[in-house]
Amino acid sequence: MRRITLRHFIALCCCLFGLFSLSTHATESASLDPLLAELGEAKIKDMEPILVKIEAVSDETILPLLRTLLNGNLYYIKAEKKVIGQFETNGETFYKDVFTNEINTGIDKPDVDKIRVNNNLRGYLRNAIARIQLTSKSPSVRENAVRELLSKLDDSTVATLERLYPYESNKKVKEAMGLALAMNTASQTELAVSNRIAAIETLSSSLENDVRNLLTTLTRDDNAAVVTAANIALEKIAQRANRFAFVDQLFFGLSLGSVLLLASIGLAITFGVMGVINMAHGEMIMLGAYTTYVVQLMMPNYIDYSIWVAIPAAFLVSGLMGVLIERLVICRLHGRPLETLLATFGISLILQQLVRTIFSPLNRQVSSPSWMSGSWEINPVLSLTLNRLYILAFALLVFIVLVIVLKKTSLGLNVRAVSQNRNMAKAMGVKTNWVDAMTFGLGSGIAGIAGVALSQLTNVGPNLGQSYIIDSFMVVVFGGVGNLLGTLVAAFTLGIATKFLEPTTGAVLAAILVLVFIILFIQKRPKGLFPQKGRAAE
Amino acid sequence: MTRLTAWFSEGRSTGKHTLPFVVILLSVTILASAANLFLPADSIFYVSTYTITLLGKYLCYAMLALAVDIIWGYCGILSLGHGAFFALGGYAMGMYLMRQIGDRGVYGNPLLPDFMVFLDWKELPWFWLGMDQFWFAMLMAVLVPGLLAFVFGWLAFRSRVTGVYLSIMTQALTYALLLAFFRNEMGFGGNNGLTDFKEILGFNLQADSTRVALFLITAILLAVIFVISQKILSSRLGKVVLAIRDSESRSRFIGYRTDRYKVWLFVYSAVIAGIAGALYVPQVGIINPGEFSPINSIEMVIWVAVGGRGTLIGAVIGALLVNYAKTRFTAIMPDAWLFALGAMFVLVTLYLPKGLMGLYGQLKAKRNAVMNKESQA
Repeated sequence: MRRITLRHFIALCCCLFGLFSLSTHATESASLDPLLAELGEAKIKDMEPILVKIEAVSDETILPLLRTLLNGNLYYIKAEKKVIGQFETNGETFYKDVFTNEINTGIDKPDVDKIRVNNNLRGYLRNAIARIQLTSKSPSVRENAVRELLSKLDDSTVATLERLYPYESNKKVKEAMGLALAMNTASQTELAVSNRIAAIETLSSSLENDVRNLLTTLTRDDNAAVVTAANIALEKIAQRANRFAFVDQLFFGLSLGSVLLLASIGLAITFGVMGVINMAHGEMIMLGAYTTYVVQLMMPNYIDYSIWVAIPAAFLVSGLMGVLIERLVICRLHGRPLETLLATFGISLILQQLVRTIFSPLNRQVSSPSWMSGSWEINPVLSLTLNRLYILAFALLVFIVLVIVLKKTSLGLNVRAVSQNRNMAKAMGVKTNWVDAMTFGLGSGIAGIAGVALSQLTNVGPNLGQSYIIDSFMVVVFGGVGNLLGTLVAAFTLGIATKFLEPTTGAVLAAILVLVFIILFIQKRPKGLFPQKGRAAE
Repeated sequence: MTRLTAWFSEGRSTGKHTLPFVVILLSVTILASAANLFLPADSIFYVSTYTITLLGKYLCYAMLALAVDIIWGYCGILSLGHGAFFALGGYAMGMYLMRQIGDRGVYGNPLLPDFMVFLDWKELPWFWLGMDQFWFAMLMAVLVPGLLAFVFGWLAFRSRVTGVYLSIMTQALTYALLLAFFRNEMGFGGNNGLTDFKEILGFNLQADSTRVALFLITAILLAVIFVISQKILSSRLGKVVLAIRDSESRSRFIGYRTDRYKVWLFVYSAVIAGIAGALYVPQVGIINPGEFSPINSIEMVIWVAVGGRGTLIGAVIGALLVNYAKTRFTAIMPDAWLFALGAMFVLVTLYLPKGLMGLYGQLKAKRNAVMNKESQA
């Protein structure tokens, strides 16, 4: 009974609210229509005062009209003394009411005149839109509106801000408004110096570009005290910005590290257990990426979900291919690691050419799911792209799952036994052939998953694997064979080192320096960062 | 038992193939050259200049295969970076040829090569100095690869980096050089490399006679290197090298400084690769960073594997055969070549571990065994 009442109550509220909003729109349009007609007939130079009047009598509902006018799509129907918006889809032009979005089919091109705007008016319109948004109900819209206004503070904007500032309840919006007002205070030369310096101090906590521009102009101010304050503030901002730039670089380093981790971890397992280098590992990555592409082709309407299908599919495709290669080629070359290297290189050539024949040598575009695109903007100087963030998390997840598989399952136990001492494991009854095939399948399957991740970052082409394979080898060699933790540390070290070298040396030289470093490192620690202990390692 | 010993000794016996090889190589070369220079173009025995250049290129590859075989077949060191030594030798020659262009370049600068003028450089970088002297450039073609091999080998072998680790490191080495030479700032022509050569030692590079002379020189040097290598490898030093290949720890425990043997053999091999590169560049007319790419270095290994590693003659035959196949295949079915190459890698390692020379030995042993049986009967 109680629930029903509550529901009724909500419904009633909605009705009332709807009525209320309808009625406001009605009263508004009553006073608005003549103004709009006036706007349609005015010359460009007379339009600004009319727009001021329009702004005075309206609220948020006017925004679509202003935006349409700003884009130059607002038209005036002379006969009806009304305005209408022009829209284009697929090359067809049609007209619709800017408030209700109703398409008006009865109007043709000759009936309407375009309402033209010039740069001056466009600037005014943008400000007006931002001002109106300041009174929006959503705090994020308000905050964006304030930030939008920072670069073009004029008297009317400042007046609006001053009027709204005391009533603002949201902390972030209030902060932004305070910033705008401080910018205004700081730039007013006729104000008292102490006030201006206090305003500059407030500004020094902001990272906005506009604030920095303003402070730079203030360093040429007539008043010496203001100049010093501005310089100090700029210094402070630069320090903070540097700190965030460091975080940004670190993030890119971690991102590269996560890609390297995904690409090399499968290699580390097969190398650790079987002592062979799989030169076709890069092609396993490529197969995974192409699997993602094919999955997307098969479910074009569900791109957002396709990735959940692609991950297991890529694991299976690459994993099965790995088992096939192991059974057909590698197991026959047992105990001849150099020949295995050559044979797998041959396989990599065949797979590359196969993909080129089936899918064409051109790159294929894999679209990212919508929830992976975009970026997480922390502040004006630091924003992290979401796909890199997800891939970082994904790489760590894969790593953890793999560690659990190796430590807690019977397959993992067998794999570790074989990698520590093959003969002894065999003597204890471990089926080494089976373990080899499974390890190879597991390593290749993870490479396939890496391919899914890479397809979100780069184009998918036949050479995809090639571009990562040498770096993956370096990670394995650097980290030490058969040691997952070593691979993790090595991947992130190399990733971060590369990204921190890049700004000073350039991308190519950074890659070369890292390679040279590893070549030298191997001299000192031939078995990598975390060598396997015991006599079996020799 | 006799079958077994015959199978092992065949294709591995030292010195047996040397004389026939040198005779066949030189006579074919001289005949082909004479056919090019002295026969009219419409004669059926005429050999076109294109073919001469192609053969010259194959002989450079054969020399390179020899270099790879010496360390892989005889010492068990699988280098996936021999393309680097080859390209460095090539660049030394390319720099000399570049300086010979003089003011005949597009920009007509008497001192600076075209690409430097294009990059707005004002003076010659220090490493280009002296490269206008032929003897100096040739010294560099041998010294630079040798020095690089020495430093790399000394570092690697001293700390006992072996097996696949070493292969991966050599691959990283050539990859690093590939990236470096792609940079314009390096002063080696960047992406485009060095090309547009005009003449060598005053002889026009486009002339038939120059081409034939280069071809002859390549053949003679190949023969000389073949004989020297054969001598080295059948000497006492060669025996130690074989011992290192078959069991390095045992050789070390007996008292040989295995790392020193390996370093010097590696340097020797790199020098041969450098010479091959220096001969290759004037014949094909271009050297660019693509020569450093890891896939090239791996291809060299398959030449040796196809021919039969551990036999010098096998390396040469493998290089000639595979490259001839490549020329034919890429002309007829370009797409199929990578399939064929890939299949070659797999099939040779699986079924022909000793290459064609091993197969030849196997067949011969089988025939001998059959004949023995018949004679007994």
